[in-house]
Amino acid sequence: MTEPDFVAETDEGTQKLAPRSQTGAEELRREVGAVLRRPESHPPPDASLDLERTGDDTMIINMGPQHPSTHGVLRLMMELDGETVLRTKPIIGYLHTGMEKTGEELTYQQGATNVTRMDYLSPLSNELVFAMAVEALLGVELPPRAVWMRMLLAELQRVSSHLMWLATNGMDVGSTTMMIFGFREREMVLAFFEKTTGLRMNHNFIRPGGTAADLPDGWEDDVELICDTVSERLGDYDELLTGQPIFRERMEGVGSISADEAMALSVTGPILRSTGVAWDLRRTMPYLAYDQVDFDVIIGTYGDNFDRYAIRLNEIRESVRMIRQVLERMPLGDYRVQDKKITPPPRARIDESMEALIHHFKLFTEGFKVPEGEVYVAVESPRGELGCYLVSDGSGKPYRMHIRAPSFVNLQALPVMMRGGLVADAVATISSVDPVMGEVDR
Amino acid sequence: MGARAPRRRAPGDAALTTPLQAEHLFPDRGDYLDVVRARRHEGFELCTDLCAVDYLLHPGRALPEATAPERFEVVVQLLSIEQRRRVRVRVQVPESDPTLGSLWDLYPGVEAMEREAFDMFGIRFTGHPDLTRILMPEDWEGHPLRKDYGVGRVPVQFKEAPGPR
Repeated sequence: MTEPDFVAETDEGTQKLAPRSQTGAEELRREVGAVLRRPESHPPPDASLDLERTGDDTMIINMGPQHPSTHGVLRLMMELDGETVLRTKPIIGYLHTGMEKTGEELTYQQGATNVTRMDYLSPLSNELVFAMAVEALLGVELPPRAVWMRMLLAELQRVSSHLMWLATNGMDVGSTTMMIFGFREREMVLAFFEKTTGLRMNHNFIRPGGTAADLPDGWEDDVELICDTVSERLGDYDELLTGQPIFRERMEGVGSISADEAMALSVTGPILRSTGVAWDLRRTMPYLAYDQVDFDVIIGTYGDNFDRYAIRLNEIRESVRMIRQVLERMPLGDYRVQDKKITPPPRARIDESMEALIHHFKLFTEGFKVPEGEVYVAVESPRGELGCYLVSDGSGKPYRMHIRAPSFVNLQALPVMMRGGLVADAVATISSVDPVMGEVDR
Repeated sequence: MGARAPRRRAPGDAALTTPLQAEHLFPDRGDYLDVVRARRHEGFELCTDLCAVDYLLHPGRALPEATAPERFEVVVQLLSIEQRRRVRVRVQVPESDPTLGSLWDLYPGVEAMEREAFDMFGIRFTGHPDLTRILMPEDWEGHPLRKDYGVGRVPVQFKEAPGPR
C-alpha cells in the first residue's frame, strides 16, 4: 500500500446527520429504523417517513459531546419537530485512543492493564474476557478457587455497575436522592475491591492464568456486609423509585423497542432482555461455574425504559443471591494455575532464589508465548455480550485483539428508541442504554 | 423460549468453560453473502460481531486447503438464540481490491461494525448505506489498525535533557 492511496481514501464524507433535503429515501428509511421492520412482505408505510416534509419544518440540533447527561463524550445529532425527535444519529470517537492497536504492542501479561480501561464501570469483566481468551489459546485449566473468585468478583462488579447505573439514571430523571444512594452503596463494593486488588478501578487483578493474588483475610465478612446492606437498601430504592408515580410516568412506555428490532440491531444485555428474550450468556452459554449456582434470568415485556430499570434493579438481587452462594461454596486451594510457563514465582521466593528472580524478570519483560490460533470468547458484562477475538501468531504479544464492546453495538438502538419521543425523554433513554464511552470508542 | 435448566458438566472440566464450540466457515468472497444469508434463514438471528484482521506479518496461518490466504480477513460471529449456537465466518479479502459485500441487508446491526472495520482497515463494504469513518476524525489519513501503519510515539522529555536549539 503506497502513500498516495491513503491520501486518496481520506475523503470519506461527513459523519454528521445531513439535513432532510440532502437525504435520500433509502438513507431516511435507515435513519428512522424502518429497515428493521422487514421482511419485505410487510414493507413499512412510507407515510411514516414523512418524505414530503421539508427541512424548513425541522431543526437539527447537537446534544453533546459535552452535555452532562450523555454519560461521557457521546454526541447526538437530533432532528426535531418542535419537541419531537424525528431522527437521531450518534456520533462517537471522541474518546478513541486506539486501545486495540495498543493491545498488539503489549505482552499477554500486560494486556490486562490495557483492556481494563475500556469499560471503566466494569473493568473486571474486561479483564475476565481477555484472560479467558488467552487461557483458551493456551489451553490451561484453572484451579477451582480461581474460577469461583472470578465469579465472585464479576458479580460484585455487576452490582457496582448496576448501582452506578441506578444512580446516574436517577440523576437523569431528576432524583438526586437516588444518585447519592447509588454512589453510597457502590462505594462499599469499590472499597472491597480496593482491599482485594489494591485499586478501586482498573484493577489488573484477573490475569491470564488465574488472579493476581488471593482474597484478603476476612473477605467473607466484607462480602457478607455488602450483601446484607445492598439487599436491604434495594427495598429503599423500590420505595423511592419503583412505585413512585412521577418516576413511572417518566419511564413507562418511553424509549420502547421490540424484540425483532433489538435482535436485528445485534443488541444484547438488559436491552435485549427487556424485550422478553431470555438471553443471558451466564445461563445460555455458561462459562466459569455459572452452571453450578442458582439464579434467575430477569426479562421484561415492553422493552421500555421502565423494564430496563426493573431488570437492572432485579439483576442486583440475583447477583447478591449468587454472591451468597459463592460465599458458602468457595473452594480452597490455589488462586492461579501452577504452570511455570505463565505463572510468576511467589514473591517470597524471589528474595531467596536467583532462578526465581530470573524467572520473574523473564515473565514480566518478555511475557510468555501463546500457541498460534484464533479464538472468540464472550461473557455477559453488565451491558451485554462482551467478546474478545484474539489472534495469536505464536509470539509473546497478541497479533490482533478485538473487543466486541456491548455499548458500541447497543448505541445503534438509540435512534429507534428515541424516534417519536420528546427531547426531555431523550435524556432518560440515553441513560437506559447505559453506554460507557470508554468502551464505545476504545 | 424460557430459561432452561443449566447443563451439567463433568466436575473435571468445570474450570475452562468457555463456549468455544463455534463452527467455522471459510466462504469465498463471492459466496460470502449467500453463505451468511443461508445461515440467517437457518435461524441465526444475531450478528454479534464483525471485525477485520490484517495478516500482513503473519501470512502462514492455518486455513483449510481450498482457501487461499489473503492479506485481510473479515471475521463475522453469528449467534442463534434458538439453537444456542455460534458460527464464525472467516472470509479472505485481497489487498489489491479490499472490497466486500455488506451484511447490512441481513443484519442492520452490522452498520457500526462495518464502519469500524472500514475506518481501521480500509475495507470497503459495498451496499453499506453510510460508509464513513466512525472512530477516527473525518479527515484522518490512513487506516490505523493495518500492520504497516506506524505507531506514533511522543518522545519522553526529561527536564535535564538538552532541548531542541
